[in-house]
Amino acid sequence: MKIHEYQAKQLMAARGISVPEGRMATSVDEAVAAVRPLVEASGNPVVVVKSQIHAGGRGKGRFAEHPDLGGVNVVLDGIEGGVEAAEEKVRELASQMLGSTLVTIQTGPEGKQVNRLYIEQGIDIDRELYLSILLDRSVSRLIVMASTEGGTEIEVVAEETPELILKETIDPAVGLLDFQASRLAAGLGLEGEAAKNGIRFIKELAKAAFEMDTDLIEINPLVVTKDGDVMALDGKMGFDSNSLFRHPDIAAMRDESEEDASELEASEYDLNFITLDGTIGCMVNGAGLAMATMDIIKYFGAEPANFLDVGGGATADKVTAAFKIITKDPNVQGIFVNIFGGIMRCDTIAEGVITAVQEVGLEVPLVVRLEGTNVELGKQILDESGLNVVSASDMKDGAQKIVELTR
Amino acid sequence: MSVLINKDTKLLVQGMGGTGRFHADKSIAYGTQVVGGVHPTRAGQTMTFEGETDHSGVQGRADTYQVDVPIFGTVQEAKAATGANASVVFVPPPFAADAIMEAAEAGIEVIVAITEGVPINDMVRAKRYLADKDVRLVGPNCPGVITPQECRIGIMPGYIHTPGRIGVVSRSGTLTYEAVHQLTQNGLGQTTAIGIGGDPVNGTNFIDCLEMFNEDPATEGVIMIGEIGGSAEEEAAAWITEHMTKPVAGFIAGTTAPPGKRMGHAGAIISGGKGTAADKIAALEAAGVVVAPTPTDMGSAMLQALGEG
Repeated sequence: MKIHEYQAKQLMAARGISVPEGRMATSVDEAVAAVRPLVEASGNPVVVVKSQIHAGGRGKGRFAEHPDLGGVNVVLDGIEGGVEAAEEKVRELASQMLGSTLVTIQTGPEGKQVNRLYIEQGIDIDRELYLSILLDRSVSRLIVMASTEGGTEIEVVAEETPELILKETIDPAVGLLDFQASRLAAGLGLEGEAAKNGIRFIKELAKAAFEMDTDLIEINPLVVTKDGDVMALDGKMGFDSNSLFRHPDIAAMRDESEEDASELEASEYDLNFITLDGTIGCMVNGAGLAMATMDIIKYFGAEPANFLDVGGGATADKVTAAFKIITKDPNVQGIFVNIFGGIMRCDTIAEGVITAVQEVGLEVPLVVRLEGTNVELGKQILDESGLNVVSASDMKDGAQKIVELTR
Repeated sequence: MSVLINKDTKLLVQGMGGTGRFHADKSIAYGTQVVGGVHPTRAGQTMTFEGETDHSGVQGRADTYQVDVPIFGTVQEAKAATGANASVVFVPPPFAADAIMEAAEAGIEVIVAITEGVPINDMVRAKRYLADKDVRLVGPNCPGVITPQECRIGIMPGYIHTPGRIGVVSRSGTLTYEAVHQLTQNGLGQTTAIGIGGDPVNGTNFIDCLEMFNEDPATEGVIMIGEIGGSAEEEAAAWITEHMTKPVAGFIAGTTAPPGKRMGHAGAIISGGKGTAADKIAALEAAGVVVAPTPTDMGSAMLQALGEG
């Protein structure tokens, strides 16, 4: 599960991890009202207005409605004009940003609507660094990654200057050890007060990763201020969905408006669904088979409209819900049901498909491939249903048939 | 011959709830020696399983079975009383990692964790706990392990399997069934089929399985089925180049998966441009693996790798 930057900073601040002061705003007035208290508290007339969406690359991103406007804006007007000038500029920016569509390298060309802004105090930056904590799957442990190349995407650093990436592996039995944090701080070139602050920051963040069950914490940039403080200028946090049951406070931070409506609806029926932009709807049991079904549709020259795993128990209820969600997509020109029955009997699945089709109605071709116990009986039920259903002998046959039928 | 489990395997079922009971029954029908169950509140009870024998399993049995399975409060008691050497974990996600560690501490040799949705950090800790113990964990979030006509541990349909020459290892459940089904149809059969699971932290990886199959005299070739996310397939490809003496066929799911999206399995995600199907297919092909273009071609890819296609 993803959360917004301002939420990640709230969580960090609550653990004593240094972040700039800031306020979230959902309206222009709230944004303007945030300016004065921030300037007064920090003594710094500079504020920053940051779009809050669940996607990276906001700084370099541009608004569809305002092609010259970036997703993150530093307001310097307060330096000469005082708080009032800063407020005026924030009013202008907020009214352009709120409700507009921000397109970044991660949002895709359709972009994301900005519904929340984060107004933050300006910081006197001395250096920009990078810090993250994530799972290293090859060793099954969390690692801390750090780099002096703050502000740059870590993938770029890894590609161009891998020697500038520092790594420490965390032994879950003892946690990140003091010497590891010191080694990272030294590697980042932190000295004196900044080293002390950096070590504390890194240790606390490593503890947070375990205690909050994050699947990613990325601080880019982590900044060293002119007075030696080390703070998270940006903050990205993702959480292991399997662990949310023990973190109700974090689960409550979920922003459903950031998620795809169909995917959200599917999750209510315990279906794994992902919207894609092709024309062939897929309904499959098992995640691997569902991916492979998308692949085989592409292999035969068409594009899948979705990923959909109905899970092990493909009950009539789930199949019906799945049909409803698939047929809602206006791009869908045909549906391919691909089920390896296994323990579930194919006749039961066939009956489920028929019930669903009768309830939902069907205006596009449907190809069903069943395999498993009672497969012949299952096919017979489909063939004799009087519905416009084509049965397939195997996955390849099914994929070819649906691609042909939608040509 | 086979790897991990065989006709002498004595199985405990941890988590004798609805799903645990259902699949314990299927395993018994298949001919697996289910010697005990573990359940916190049903300790002291005996569960009786009876029904019609699954004749695709262990051969030479009567047409019906009736088996009494004693339930224990802890794995330690169950092992002491039954001599169990394997366990299957159906315990719900919040308690699954603890169940795995309990089995390891009690000296169970092979632990197969079926549970889907185990917290990642729980598995990080569990794997650390298992590191210095002589135990093999398979899973979690997997269909299990089966040696045809000898022993079924997990949730897979037994009847699609047939004894034979090929080892199967896969991150995906239903794709394992596809591969097994094709190997049964084309007459190659299976020595052992291992579902290693779709989670980012699992007990057994591709290399562990390739190593076991490489050493198993009955296994003549291996099918490995991977998917997007992580670099386990690339690491396996490097190992194959270095050590594998037997032909390998493969399939990678997720060529069309968009980056940054978790495709059903917790571990199936392309992040930061890493973990794509294209990279994995290239690595496997460079290691001499015959990669099937579609899942329907897995069986024929194996025949081709064996030089029999």
